[in-house]
Amino acid sequence: MNYLQEEDFNQKVNLGTWKRLLKYALRHKGMLFTIISSLFVSSFVDILYPLMTKYAIDNFITTKQIEGFVPYVIISVILIVIQAICSILFVRGGSSLELSMSYEIRQESFEKLQRLSFSYYDKTSVGYIMARVMSDTSRLSEMIAWSIVDVLYGLTFIIGCIITMFTLNVKLALITLSVIPVMTAVAIFFRSRILRQYRLVRKINSRITSSYNEGIMGAMTTKTLVREDQNYEDFKVLTTDMRREASKASRLNSIFFPIIMLLSSIGTSLALGVGGLEVLGEMITFGTLSSFITYTSQFFEPIQSITSIFAELQNAQASAERVISLLDTEEDITDTEEVIEKYGDSINPKPENWPPIKGDISFEHVNFSYIPEEIILEDFNLEIPAGSSVALVGETGAGKSTLVNLVCRFYEPTSGSIKIDGVDYRERSQIWLQSNTGYVLQQPHLFSGTIRDNIAYGKKDATEEEIRNAARMVKAEEFILAQKDGYDTEVGEGGIRLSTGQKQLISFARVILSDPRIFVLDEATSSIDTETEQLIQEAITTVLQNRTSLIVAHRLSTIRHADMILVIGNKGIIEKGTHEELLAKKGAYYNLYTHQ
Amino acid sequence: MEKKKSINWSLVNHITKGYKKYLFFAVITVIISILLSYVSPLIISFVVDYVIKGDTSSLSGVTASFIDSIGGRDFFTSHIYVCGIVIVGVALLNGLITFVRSLCVTKVSEHSAMTLRNELYDHLQNVPYDYHKHSSVGDLVQRCSSDVEIIRRFVSVQFIDIVRTVVRITAAAFILFRLNVKLTLFSMSMMPVIFIISFIYFKKVHANFEIADEAEGKLSATLQENLTGVRVVRAFGQQKQEIEKFTERNKDNKDKYHKIMKMMSLYWGGTDMLCYIQIILSSAIAIYLASTTDEFSLGSVLLFSNYVGALTWPVRMLGRTLSDMGRATVAMQRVQEILDAPLEKEPGAALKPEIRGNITFEHVDFGYDYPDEVLKDISFKIRSGETIGILGSTGSGKSSLVQLIQRLYTCNNGHIYIDDTDINDIEYKHLRSNIGIVLQEPFLYSRTIMDNIRITDPSAPDEEVYEAAKIASVHDVIMEFDKGYDTMVGERGVTLSGGQQQRIAIARTLMKKTPILIFDDSMSAVDTETDTHIRKALRSIRGTCTTLIISHRITTLMESDRILVLDKGRLIEEGTHDELIKNGSLYSRIAEIQEATGQFQNTSEGGNE
Repeated sequence: MNYLQEEDFNQKVNLGTWKRLLKYALRHKGMLFTIISSLFVSSFVDILYPLMTKYAIDNFITTKQIEGFVPYVIISVILIVIQAICSILFVRGGSSLELSMSYEIRQESFEKLQRLSFSYYDKTSVGYIMARVMSDTSRLSEMIAWSIVDVLYGLTFIIGCIITMFTLNVKLALITLSVIPVMTAVAIFFRSRILRQYRLVRKINSRITSSYNEGIMGAMTTKTLVREDQNYEDFKVLTTDMRREASKASRLNSIFFPIIMLLSSIGTSLALGVGGLEVLGEMITFGTLSSFITYTSQFFEPIQSITSIFAELQNAQASAERVISLLDTEEDITDTEEVIEKYGDSINPKPENWPPIKGDISFEHVNFSYIPEEIILEDFNLEIPAGSSVALVGETGAGKSTLVNLVCRFYEPTSGSIKIDGVDYRERSQIWLQSNTGYVLQQPHLFSGTIRDNIAYGKKDATEEEIRNAARMVKAEEFILAQKDGYDTEVGEGGIRLSTGQKQLISFARVILSDPRIFVLDEATSSIDTETEQLIQEAITTVLQNRTSLIVAHRLSTIRHADMILVIGNKGIIEKGTHEELLAKKGAYYNLYTHQ
Repeated sequence: MEKKKSINWSLVNHITKGYKKYLFFAVITVIISILLSYVSPLIISFVVDYVIKGDTSSLSGVTASFIDSIGGRDFFTSHIYVCGIVIVGVALLNGLITFVRSLCVTKVSEHSAMTLRNELYDHLQNVPYDYHKHSSVGDLVQRCSSDVEIIRRFVSVQFIDIVRTVVRITAAAFILFRLNVKLTLFSMSMMPVIFIISFIYFKKVHANFEIADEAEGKLSATLQENLTGVRVVRAFGQQKQEIEKFTERNKDNKDKYHKIMKMMSLYWGGTDMLCYIQIILSSAIAIYLASTTDEFSLGSVLLFSNYVGALTWPVRMLGRTLSDMGRATVAMQRVQEILDAPLEKEPGAALKPEIRGNITFEHVDFGYDYPDEVLKDISFKIRSGETIGILGSTGSGKSSLVQLIQRLYTCNNGHIYIDDTDINDIEYKHLRSNIGIVLQEPFLYSRTIMDNIRITDPSAPDEEVYEAAKIASVHDVIMEFDKGYDTMVGERGVTLSGGQQQRIAIARTLMKKTPILIFDDSMSAVDTETDTHIRKALRSIRGTCTTLIISHRITTLMESDRILVLDKGRLIEEGTHDELIKNGSLYSRIAEIQEATGQFQNTSEGGNE
């Protein structure tokens, strides 16, 4: 199986993307200052250590005297303490930077997501967004923060070493440093291959995880279809792939490290061989020789970490681009500046300026399409007087939900206008309209929390009595009180602990409590048994009085009392009238009605 | 349950079966490579003391005579590169051995991980359905993924690490003691402290990681809820409150990780300091000895500081390794719990009779948590080829009843017979292969629609699939997708509506061509018109099939030969539509409501063409 082809595998590093992300790091000047200064000190001390040894060899051991020994020891210990303080500082700085970056990117993404319109959500899966905001973001922040630390440390250390070595002895420096370019080349060669291989392994691993998920979630179906054995065979293909690719990754690793070690020992033996002769010829001291040996054995670490950063950048390019593209997604439904100025936006609403809403809705010459080639509505006109109820019927796939989406301004007309109380709704803010619209969905969605929290979702300050009234009105109180904790029963993630019918009742109560002027019911009673549905129907009739309502229905039984029934076809309204009028007409509605 | 405190060796033994020889090789190569890594500091010290300074005091008798035989010190001063070549040669050899070791370790650990993954998957597929009802998906998946990874790391890293550390410390201590006993004792004084600090720290940090992971889980759940409920959020204009909720979780997540990082920086900084102070002070004493006496040479000082390092750092690592082993212990225990869950059993004779489609219930009682009963004293007989409708309000036990027929659950009292065989005596896979059931919330696998429909028989020809899809009224819908039948569904594909999923599930079940067909409210999300089409098409192919249909819709039920009405777990009515209508109880009440609301017309028989 080819796992890598599934996603665009971008190998080119695009610096523009990284510059964008780096901006998040640059906001934290204080942290960066701590990191940089502690790193400088730290690599300086690291370079000093071998020189301290050199000093000891040349001044104490070789000359067999110990004058100045006590200050020497004290200085050594002080250096260690400085070193420890620095490493505490830069680990803190690095992690603060990492965490702050991911905090801010997440925060910005989330706020963005609250403003993006449904056209974005229709095209983008929840899983995709989750991956961007959670794992990609933390991975990128970690990479950027620690890359800064590693690159700065590595570069200052290597440069410091080179300068020191040249100062001590040019010839010996040239000879021993010859290993560095080879080491760098080898590291670059292996690093990107190793990372690529591990990426493949991660991919297979996530495939294995989703197979488990599927195996467990679909357990009932698998049993009824007696597919256990075939599923197991399919799964074994995955785990065998995993074994092969993971072994390959670890083989690459196990060639890489010995080669680097070998190179580093070539450096050491060059220092020893050439340096030893120089000591014999009294060109250099023992101390210099020992410091060279130490330096050559310490190059490996920083070179390895710097090269791995470039390989990682290459690998993370794709996720960086996706995170940026989420942050840069254009919002296609926005309020104008004047509107925001006056009425506020979703984050800072100004309800004190909101005009009261009556509930007249009118479509004037509305054209609409989701994608340019496919026109859904053409020159569509409709008047819905305040307080009336309008039912939308028609085949699946016809424009019923589109009308709802347009009324709620989840989408905007391509041309023409929709007016609420005679004013184009684009001249009022989105949040104003949303706060006055109640919307009950086909698939009710509850939030984790208690039943009470869910009913009060749209009105956080509701009193106990208001909540219970709403529940009673939709006949939900009986089942709520039958739950273990009554109104305080936890509904679970997405309401999983309740049946679909119960979720629907709660979502009704939720809308009733928020007391909207415009009511939208989208096929809201499909999963409730007949007797309960009967009860809810009565409740709805009471609730809808004096409110403008749009009802999308499959079951025509639910809409016979609507003030107006629209039969929607592929390009707009086919028929329009009351139940009796349309039946008498013996047209499309009559056919639908008698067919069911 | 009693918590096991030690490594579950029988599990380790089991998953490494047949591969232990590689583990053995790995241990041997680890020992060799550690010994080799101690060679080059010895050579350096030899070059410094003997070759360059001509100090013979540190040479043993054997070495000295060997050196004399190849030409003494003069040979080395003129051929000093020989020492360099020896160092490189040793490094090369060490590299090769390291490579071999890692091959061995990889072989064992990847094999173990594969074995464990396969066994877990197989096991989870074959436990009774009841097991899944009582466990959480997320938890199981985590055990199968991250716990397996922890165990793999135990086999590949920690096990070898412990061997390595012990050998390294022993070897370094051995050489150091030979150099100078007192000094070595001094330089080991800090080791217990470093070890204990590491051990305690890593234990603590793991606990904190769990807290932080939980915060991250909450953050991610908040995001997910917001995204799946985005329509509700907008409809209620709750963006501001949602952002506040998210901000709080985001901050909490950040703070929890920050705490860990703070601990970490203190730990690394602190232990670094302890280790270095240990090394520096020991070296300082060595330097002092070398400068004031003749018993300690320059080479020995270099050697000494090198080996003190080799002694100190592994001790810090050991603390970490041991506390990681604590995690491995827990992981093994969690995995073992899954593997210990009993598999689905054959309570009876496991026969494979030919199934004709007669179903008999005799005084059947059933409860998920018996004695809480979902079904009470149910008795009825269905003859082969009959179509039976089942009506009942939510929670009346309809689904449980049909699931009993497939033995997804076993009844607590009474008997169920298929033809004349007690279903407890029929092998469960045979039983299920002969009963087609369409679930209310069917699960589609993440493959193409084509593969989903022919999932029970991947070799079925395309035409047969089209045929089944047409009967389920989903062929046209599928053809409208860009990729038609090759459209991927599930996690990595398109999202299908509830009705589309149900119809694909119907097609899939039809492909099984079973003598018994069960529809568990499986058209609830399909609109009435399509529902009618499907039922008409089904009737034409049903033939001699025994069919059970659970539905809320009277129009659907009235076509059945007989209707069973369930209420609170009891069978309260049984008869044809006309009989039940006259009866004047639950069925007729519901029919009345549906008629009043225009959901069906009571045209005496045969439905509504």
